[in-house]
Amino acid sequence: MIGGLFIYNHKGEVLISRVYRDDIGRNAVDAFRVNVIHARQQVRSPVTNIARTSFFHVKRSNIWLAAVTKQNVNAAMVFEFLYKMCDVMAAYFGKISEENIKNNFVLIYELLDEILDFGYPQNSETGALKTFITQQGIKSQHQTKEEQSQITSQVTGQIGWRREGIKYRRNELFLDVLESVNLLMSPQGQVLSAHVSGRVVMKSYLSGMPECKFGMNDKIVIEKQGKGTADETSKSGKQSIAIDDCTFHQCVRLSKFDSERSISFIPPDGEFELMRYRTTKDIILPFRVIPLVREVGRTKLEVKVVIKSNFKPSLLAQKIEVRIPTPLNTSGVQVICMKGKAKYKASENAIVWKIKRMAGMKESQINAEIELLPTNDKKKWARPPISMNFEVPFAPSGLKVRYLKVFEPKLNYSDHDVIKWVRYIGRSGIYETRC
Amino acid sequence: MPAVSKGDGMRGLAVFISDIRNCKSKEAEIKRINKELANIRSKFKGDKALDGYSKKKYVCKLLFIFLLGHDIDFGHMEAVNLLSSNKYTEKQIGYLFISVLVNSNSELIRLINNAIKNDLASRNPTFMCLALHCIANVGSREMGEAFAADIPRILVAGDSMDSVKQSAALCLLRLYKASPDLVPMGEWTARVVHLLNDQHMGVVTAAVSLITCLCKKNPDDFKTCISLAVSRLSRIVSSASTDLQDYTYYFVPAPWLSVKLLRLLQCYPPPEDAAVKGRLVECLETVLNKAQEPPKSKKVQHSNAKNAILFETISLIIHYDSEPNLLVRACNQLGQFLQHRETNLRYLALESMCTLASSEFSHEAVKTHIDTVINALKTERDVSVRQRAADLLYAMCDRSNAKQIVSEMLRYLETADYAIREEIVLKVAILAEKYAVDYSWYVDTILNLIRIAGDYVSEEVWYRVLQIVTNRDDVQGYAAKTVFEALQAPACHENMVKVGGYILGEFGNLIAGDPRSSPPVQFSLLHSKFHLCSVATRALLLSTYIKFINLFPETKATIQGVLRAGSQLRNADVELQQRAVEYLTLSSVASTDVLATVLEEMPPFPERESSILAKLKRKKGPGAGSALDDGRRDPSSNDINGGMEPTPSTVSTPSPSADLLGLRAAPPPAAPPASAGAGNLLVDVFDGPAAQPSLGPTPEEAFLSELEPPAPESPMALLADPAPAADPGPEDIGPPIPEADELLNKFVCKNNGVLFENQLLQIGVKSEFRQNLGRMYLFYGNKTSVQFQNFSPTVVHPGDLQTQLAVQTKRVAAQVDGGAQVQQVLNIECLRDFLTPPLLSVRFRYGGAPQALTLKLPVTINKFFQPTEMAAQDFFQRWKQLSLPQQEAQKIFKANHPMDAEVTKAKLLGFGSALLDNVDPNPENFVGAGIIQTKALQVGCLLRLEPNAQAQMYRLTLRTSKEPVSRHLCELLAQQF
Repeated sequence: MIGGLFIYNHKGEVLISRVYRDDIGRNAVDAFRVNVIHARQQVRSPVTNIARTSFFHVKRSNIWLAAVTKQNVNAAMVFEFLYKMCDVMAAYFGKISEENIKNNFVLIYELLDEILDFGYPQNSETGALKTFITQQGIKSQHQTKEEQSQITSQVTGQIGWRREGIKYRRNELFLDVLESVNLLMSPQGQVLSAHVSGRVVMKSYLSGMPECKFGMNDKIVIEKQGKGTADETSKSGKQSIAIDDCTFHQCVRLSKFDSERSISFIPPDGEFELMRYRTTKDIILPFRVIPLVREVGRTKLEVKVVIKSNFKPSLLAQKIEVRIPTPLNTSGVQVICMKGKAKYKASENAIVWKIKRMAGMKESQINAEIELLPTNDKKKWARPPISMNFEVPFAPSGLKVRYLKVFEPKLNYSDHDVIKWVRYIGRSGIYETRC
Repeated sequence: MPAVSKGDGMRGLAVFISDIRNCKSKEAEIKRINKELANIRSKFKGDKALDGYSKKKYVCKLLFIFLLGHDIDFGHMEAVNLLSSNKYTEKQIGYLFISVLVNSNSELIRLINNAIKNDLASRNPTFMCLALHCIANVGSREMGEAFAADIPRILVAGDSMDSVKQSAALCLLRLYKASPDLVPMGEWTARVVHLLNDQHMGVVTAAVSLITCLCKKNPDDFKTCISLAVSRLSRIVSSASTDLQDYTYYFVPAPWLSVKLLRLLQCYPPPEDAAVKGRLVECLETVLNKAQEPPKSKKVQHSNAKNAILFETISLIIHYDSEPNLLVRACNQLGQFLQHRETNLRYLALESMCTLASSEFSHEAVKTHIDTVINALKTERDVSVRQRAADLLYAMCDRSNAKQIVSEMLRYLETADYAIREEIVLKVAILAEKYAVDYSWYVDTILNLIRIAGDYVSEEVWYRVLQIVTNRDDVQGYAAKTVFEALQAPACHENMVKVGGYILGEFGNLIAGDPRSSPPVQFSLLHSKFHLCSVATRALLLSTYIKFINLFPETKATIQGVLRAGSQLRNADVELQQRAVEYLTLSSVASTDVLATVLEEMPPFPERESSILAKLKRKKGPGAGSALDDGRRDPSSNDINGGMEPTPSTVSTPSPSADLLGLRAAPPPAAPPASAGAGNLLVDVFDGPAAQPSLGPTPEEAFLSELEPPAPESPMALLADPAPAADPGPEDIGPPIPEADELLNKFVCKNNGVLFENQLLQIGVKSEFRQNLGRMYLFYGNKTSVQFQNFSPTVVHPGDLQTQLAVQTKRVAAQVDGGAQVQQVLNIECLRDFLTPPLLSVRFRYGGAPQALTLKLPVTINKFFQPTEMAAQDFFQRWKQLSLPQQEAQKIFKANHPMDAEVTKAKLLGFGSALLDNVDPNPENFVGAGIIQTKALQVGCLLRLEPNAQAQMYRLTLRTSKEPVSRHLCELLAQQF
């Protein structure tokens, strides 16, 4: 189990230090600083073992969060906890920065006391936490005994993530399907690896204790339903997707998912992540990058890159950025591009080409001439891949929300009264093409 | 060095560096550097030529980026261009870049060498110095090849400036250290020595460093430097503090030069020339005198410089080791430092004293500081100082103070730092063994050691205790008692369990008489630790258990129960499982005789260098143990004859009468050989992997596999030559050596041991007897490093012994190599009773001189004694039957040894008779019975021993059916008490 938790700033100074177990001494704080934060060679592994002590760290902007243990713990659990902890802190005071942490250090200790007990993770649901760890003072006469006992029964009860008696004038819910598409492509246009990792994020403003049911075009479900009519199976088979693996928020009834593969739950109030999933088959690649690199003698390099958008012409991709790496001995660059803006950034050793908007089924091109300085090193340039960033308004995995039904038997509002908003956003993850 | 002018400030560089320093994160730093590199690349690429200043600036930036840990793969050309600049600062940066960044296989090396050559040839001393520094900094082989010939020329050239000479000397030193073969020795060497006379002190200092290094390889070439160095030294030492101006450091004249001169002198033996020597001694005395003067300054630098010279002087005095007066003065001086408040000084004083302690002149002087050193061990705050104190205690230890030192070290061990515990444990073990006067103290010390620092007690240490206990009969009982008590502690270390298990298994019977340590108690005590131990220890304990079955038949049922338990028979560990199965079968299948033979007590271990000492040496590197190991053999010899040496066990001929525990009853040896100490009494038996009994097919083998066949010759070779040795005529044989009788006496009650030992030869005996037959193994060990020639041991029967005793010998090899051991097997048959033992005559040539030696073979009539158990009434009936006066022999004598019932019992058992309990109405008395087996006849024998504790007297009565036998046995036995 987790023996201690430290938060450092970028200089390696400790901002928060909470030790849960005796086997973690004060020197563990320094060990992490010396061996990881200030290491000669950048430490890339998120798990570091120093003197039989394991350090699990995540980095948020300039802040390091490190969980320490001497025992053989489940690393995935520790990281899940660290991410949750980041979410909780973000929910309480916004961006995780040195200043925010310093300003809220009392709050953070309070939170740590609550969400980690003797190194065992506890309830880390923001909504539940906010009922009893507040940022304003509590006037005791205002909070009646019943309210207090209500908190207790809720926190210790079966549905710890939602309190009773929530009331909204307008029952509304927002559903976001957020995906990031990752790709590695050979110069010839062959897909070497591709996958989509997606999340379904839900924001619910519903009264009472509603029972929700979420449906999407999961291949297994569709096939099961379509058993009766063969015609429908073939038709919907195209549109259904194969989900490789998925995880759910704790509110989802897993037993029901296991038996019927239906996703039913009582949602927490406010924003939460309903599920996470990953697909690897039939991915729609929004962009195609075609590189052309020509070496002209020892001191010159000509680069031509064409990008093609590959989706419905009615849709618009946004925030497109193509990053073309340059050799380490570049001494000068000339760029010509038809669309957007391109610039050589010496500090990043790359040409950065930005396009604000681009419709589907279009193509654009950039030409660059790179001058090189002859070096005495015979080392050949490693030719790092060209990477790309973008945002498109559809799900590259092909996921479609089929329905989200809401039942609230006690209060009298029906599924039709709930206003539902669905949005798809596909972003680029690591989207690279070798050149 | 010319100061950097304002205009050379290189603002761009300063801005860049401060930018880097202000970077918040690694990423930001890398970004800034990439940007700067791109800028420099575009500048270098630019068509218009850069001026010297910008070139220098950019090269500087590159250098800074490189030193931050980033790769630089351009800019070398620009740096080389800077070399040809005429400005000092530009040249300097160029050289700096090259010495840091240019690797030797670069193609630019030719250009660089060219530039260096130009600078060396220039008349500008600054440029020459820069070039020399660059050569020294790069120091590659290529540089050496290019310039090794030029530099000596510059060094001894008459017109070179002083600073250039200085640089040249140091540069040459660097090249010589990097690749000695490149520096040509020539006529310049003679002139280098004369640099010691140079006016310029800097040149002299550099030259001394060079000569010190060179003379290590060719001391003869530089012999002349001694007198020059001495005169130089005396001039510095006797000068007033102001004489040397620039080279006076806090009122100390030229401290670095003095130290280096003293070091140089340490490369040579004391000067032969009396005048030079006198002058040197005078210098050394002056330095020692100056140490007594009040300091001229309170500054720490002053005392540091002064003490540096002093310590170097002391090491020179130690190096010469010929001036008792100076040595004692040095020792006194160091004694003062021992209490100095400066920790470094105390450390150095302890360190130097360590070497002083090994000198014969100053050993006594060092010993006077023992209390201070012990105090240092206890109170010093710095672990390294404590370690030095422990080293010094170890070095100053001798017989007179061993007990004090060992007890102090033991006390310190409880609080010692973990890092040095193991070393201290080894040291305590060695000292305890080396200076042990009485072995019970030794056993106490080691057991204490295991108790206090069990984890740090290496295997060698506890193996050694077992060897010593096994080999020394006089401590066995005590050891058994002590380990038994130690094991009663609720938590005891595993090493203690190992030692306890082994000792109780071998000698547990010695304390079995006491009801508090009766066999079941012993067993249950050991078994209570069993489950907490590692596999190796459990295996050892299983062996102990089977030995218990032999020693104490009453525990057989319990032990078999333990062995039969599923946790043993089906143990996951194959070794334990096999032992359990085999021991169980052995105990149930074999008869008592077989059991007794198989499980006979371990034979004494042959003697070799202590393995602990070897371990300490390994740990500390060569020379560390030098204070103690003079005259010892090379530790590597340990590995050669590793494993267990000789003494094959008695498995082959089971003899019910064999005294399985013969060792326990022997009288204490006259005195431990004083000069050699215990150090070379013993061998490490368990050295190497043989420590764990290997898996053998039979239990005997499993248990006895530790006993490998004796060193040089295999038994097969011995059997191949079965011809009995031709008996030489009696005229060949000299009279037995005077101590032969005494040696013989030692063997009356035991069968194994060392029969004889002198500087050349050691003869060990191992024998077994069964009824009227016996077999004896003689081990001849050559203790020298020279081969013995014409080596021929023969057995002679004086008088009519021929008819009484048949001894068949096997011939041994005529050559015995240095350090080797040969084995001879004797088959003995007793035809009829005899009185005088046969003689063993050993002849050989050692270094050309013939050596002859005659000893008495330890074969006495009682060896053929077979114990007989009988009830009280039977005994008295027979006693009465042998009532003729000539059948009885009686002797009343004073006790030579302490009267201990256990020991007496053991001796009587060793003598061969059975001990009959509940026969004599007085429980103090001992009663025994047995039959002497000869081929011709059997002689019944009854004995009675009545001790009188008040008078310290014994009365011994023997009744046998043959008169001479009675008298002879009576005499033999009487000498044992």
